[in-house]
Amino acid sequence: MELIFEQSREGRGCAILPGLDVPAAELPEGLRRGKKLHLPQIAEVDISRHYTALMKRTHGVNDGFYPLGSCTMKYNPKINDEMANLPGFAKIHPLQPAHTVQGCLKALCMAEELLCEITGMDSMTFQPAAGAHGEFTGLMLIQAYHESRGDHKRTKIIVPDAAHGTNPASAAMVGYEVVSIPSNSEGCVDLEKLRAAVGEDTAGLMLTNPNTVGIFDKNILEITRIIHDAGGLNYYDGANLNAVMGIVRPGDMGFDVIHLNLHKTFSTPHGGGGPGSGPVGCKELLKPFLPVFHQVREGDSCKFENPAQSIGSVKAFYGNFLVVLRALAYVLTLGAEGIPEASANAVLNANYLMHELADLYEMAYDGPCMHEFVMSLSKLKKENGVSAMDIAKSLLDHGIHPPTMYFPLIVEEALMVEPTETESKETLDGAAAVFRSIYETALSDPQSLHDAPVRTPIRRPDELGAARNPKLRYQFTE
Amino acid sequence: MNTPKELLYSKSHEWISFDGDTAKVGLTDFAQNALGGLVFVNLPEVGDEVEKGKTCADVESVKAVSDVYCPVSGEIVAINEELLDQPELINQSPYEAWLFEVGSISDKEELLDAAAYEAFCAEEE
Amino acid sequence: MGSYVPSTRQERAQMLQKIGVDSIDALFANVPAGMKLKTLNIPQGKSELEVSGMMSALAEENRVFPVIFRGAGAYNHYIPSIVKSVTSKEEFITAYTPYQAEISQGILQSIFEYQTMICELTGMDVSNASVYDGASAAAEAAAMCRDRRRSRVLVSAAAHPMVIRTIQTYCHAAHVEVGIVPMKDGVTDKDALASMLDAKTACFYLQQPNYFGQLEDADTFGELVHGAGAKYIMGVNPIACAMVKTPAESGADIAVGEGQPLGMPLSFGGPYLGFMACTSAMMRKLPGRIVGETTDSEGNRAFVLTLQAREQHIRREKASSNVCSNQALCALTASVYMTAMGAQGMQQVAELCYAKAHYTAAELGKIKGFELVYNGPFFHEFVTGCPGDPQVLLSRLEEEGILGGYPVEGGILWCATEMNTKAQIDKLASVIREVSGAWN
Repeated sequence: MELIFEQSREGRGCAILPGLDVPAAELPEGLRRGKKLHLPQIAEVDISRHYTALMKRTHGVNDGFYPLGSCTMKYNPKINDEMANLPGFAKIHPLQPAHTVQGCLKALCMAEELLCEITGMDSMTFQPAAGAHGEFTGLMLIQAYHESRGDHKRTKIIVPDAAHGTNPASAAMVGYEVVSIPSNSEGCVDLEKLRAAVGEDTAGLMLTNPNTVGIFDKNILEITRIIHDAGGLNYYDGANLNAVMGIVRPGDMGFDVIHLNLHKTFSTPHGGGGPGSGPVGCKELLKPFLPVFHQVREGDSCKFENPAQSIGSVKAFYGNFLVVLRALAYVLTLGAEGIPEASANAVLNANYLMHELADLYEMAYDGPCMHEFVMSLSKLKKENGVSAMDIAKSLLDHGIHPPTMYFPLIVEEALMVEPTETESKETLDGAAAVFRSIYETALSDPQSLHDAPVRTPIRRPDELGAARNPKLRYQFTE
Repeated sequence: MNTPKELLYSKSHEWISFDGDTAKVGLTDFAQNALGGLVFVNLPEVGDEVEKGKTCADVESVKAVSDVYCPVSGEIVAINEELLDQPELINQSPYEAWLFEVGSISDKEELLDAAAYEAFCAEEE
Repeated sequence: MGSYVPSTRQERAQMLQKIGVDSIDALFANVPAGMKLKTLNIPQGKSELEVSGMMSALAEENRVFPVIFRGAGAYNHYIPSIVKSVTSKEEFITAYTPYQAEISQGILQSIFEYQTMICELTGMDVSNASVYDGASAAAEAAAMCRDRRRSRVLVSAAAHPMVIRTIQTYCHAAHVEVGIVPMKDGVTDKDALASMLDAKTACFYLQQPNYFGQLEDADTFGELVHGAGAKYIMGVNPIACAMVKTPAESGADIAVGEGQPLGMPLSFGGPYLGFMACTSAMMRKLPGRIVGETTDSEGNRAFVLTLQAREQHIRREKASSNVCSNQALCALTASVYMTAMGAQGMQQVAELCYAKAHYTAAELGKIKGFELVYNGPFFHEFVTGCPGDPQVLLSRLEEEGILGGYPVEGGILWCATEMNTKAQIDKLASVIREVSGAWN
């Protein structure tokens, strides 16, 4: 379809602003912009239609089942958006005096208290804007802790090979050497290999539990103990918290610092890529190092405080505040029973869907899963030439967002399915029927899967061409 | 699979062509075929010290990145800048599309001849 | 009922029966028994009506100022209705990162359009799909410039303090040295920069207009920095870009900035928008998502996430940044804003800001002690003296429903935008006159 620039016509536009009511003032010549500014000239009706057309070419959680593994695409309750958009939040300048922003500060304090209780942490910062940003922040806390003790020899972070790519990337940003340890045949941490990897140079371990193959590592206490005994700290990647919230807490598994993805576990929308929110919780020992602007209660009121040995600031101001508000509304709604109920049903839904597919699709690991499961299409690929990608693309024709493809890296031809708790049994049954019919097609007519999708706004795009000859902006002719 | 007789090969799928004191290094036909369409190469800089068996460049396909290992120790004396604009040359003619040239060679890996490399690839498949 | 779980008790029983276990608890067999939480010590769940009441009560504990003369990194601008209408469409709100291009053309195209607009605004060649905010964009930009030979980062002391702090934090993590180039007369000291640049300097970060509102001699800094073989990063205000020389015209290698003025509400500091654009030469060092145009198998125009091999999910510990989530919905907001404004509207809002700020400065300058502290050209922020306790003045302004300027060293940092009418500015001046009258 046409780009907004291609719909532009000289002389069109919207009347948004009034004229000057003060004397005109002129910028000195040497400072003035010389380059012509091309922006669309369009009437409001056509702006509205353009974005409505783009909307129709976008698939959100509202459009259908979205079992994108490790992304927890649960329903985004509408009350949360409405509350975040209240003028009493949206129109508040971040540098207003504390006595005029008590509601904002209280909301942050409440969110901290609730989320600390859910995770078993003592303190939390909301400054990080996303999960990866939280990982960076959490690792800096670990770094600051070791440095504050004069312990400069800890240069390594241990990361299982099944981890999300952000884990090693974040560790590298903090100057740590990444030690990747292989998973065992159950997809869990190999204790012997872990023992062999730790030492005086171990700064810490990054782990998600349940892990990226959807299994709760039953050796978790032993794992975190091995790291603690070596003098390291344990970092919990909260990407998979939706399996266990209210049931078991990272703080009780031996973790010292965690990040949460409010846009996954706590139902805030993902916005087509963001804004998310990646608050970092920690145990008492790391509290002195938290970023600046830590919210604290003082009698009946609240204020920001800068921790004594703060690592500094990972962005301006206090984080993606309106996202935190959405998560707060969600936790208040679910409460003490609703939180574990959500996780229990996330696990139930995943096991049910896995069960409905297990006779046809090969599961990467045996036994019950947690909130997600991983299938391997390697047999189908070898025998019929149908790849995980082909299955995924065929799902698009059935209005289902595909599972995460080719992750974790330790499983060949992986499809990682995370239904979440907000899907009904009918939706799961419907999806199972689609998955099954695609499998039959893979056997009977593999070519049709190579050709899929056919009912989507575009067919498969040429990604090789896009990467070889990057065209990253529209070029104006004049 | 094309494996020119006059070249030597590493087990990490680089070819190497010695010319007096220097040697050019590229990716084998087997490697380019396994990697698929390449979209970018990250090359070392002239003057960089390289060590045998260590990575000194990488090549990107659409959704993967693979390290290129240097079969010899020495110093980079030239890079093939043409590849920066046309990485597809590696796919089209892997034995002409050298990546970098090493001089002041002080050490080298155990290298395979064409027959041994072909046998090695057959095992890998 | 309160957990958004649709399945009924009966359906859950049917599902368990099919799976072949007695209870959901049996699915948690791997969790050591002693570790399981007995009770979650938070309040019971609440109905939507109750939650709405609680959240609204919190909102009411905040004070919404009808009149704002404060900027300092967050700016009060008019947001056209069409912006709010477009960005409240649920498809945009509830989609994930557009991994599946075939069903994500809407998001992908909107980002491609956003990238184009950011390139137009800054004059740069390439833009990414956004990062968290202006401060983290500056820190990521500094990381783009560092290599084995050059690692030292120089930052102007006249940049926003939170931006400086963020760059320092990122650099400290990577064990990289940060040098602060001092300020002289409200602008960055050129001689000081010249003496600090060396063969180890990776880049210099200049904010334009700077934290104190002053317009820097950006071209000269570019020449100095390039003369030393380093990279030049400019942090710019996107509204000012419509009027002031673009970073590209001043020689920047990377332009970053806080995109909040482009249609995002103040929101107590976030979510905002970090925009990042650079020269073609640095394209592959850009962090985060980038959308490219291509064709589908039938030759139709198509958009995809591209240059992905730069990113953490492929490069892992060798990636230059760990960014994956960005601020896509805020980027969409910015594009709709710029579309609704058009080039003329963008220039108009810049001119309004400029004229109103200069009128405000002139009116305040008539009051003894409130003259401009710095004499250079400025855009929509400026520092005046304050001959008494600024808190006394600001409290008095609060009583009038005015959020006054932000206290900084040596005075008060004021900001005026198109939102401030002549009547508001005159009122501000009259309250200041009244308060300062009592001081004399």
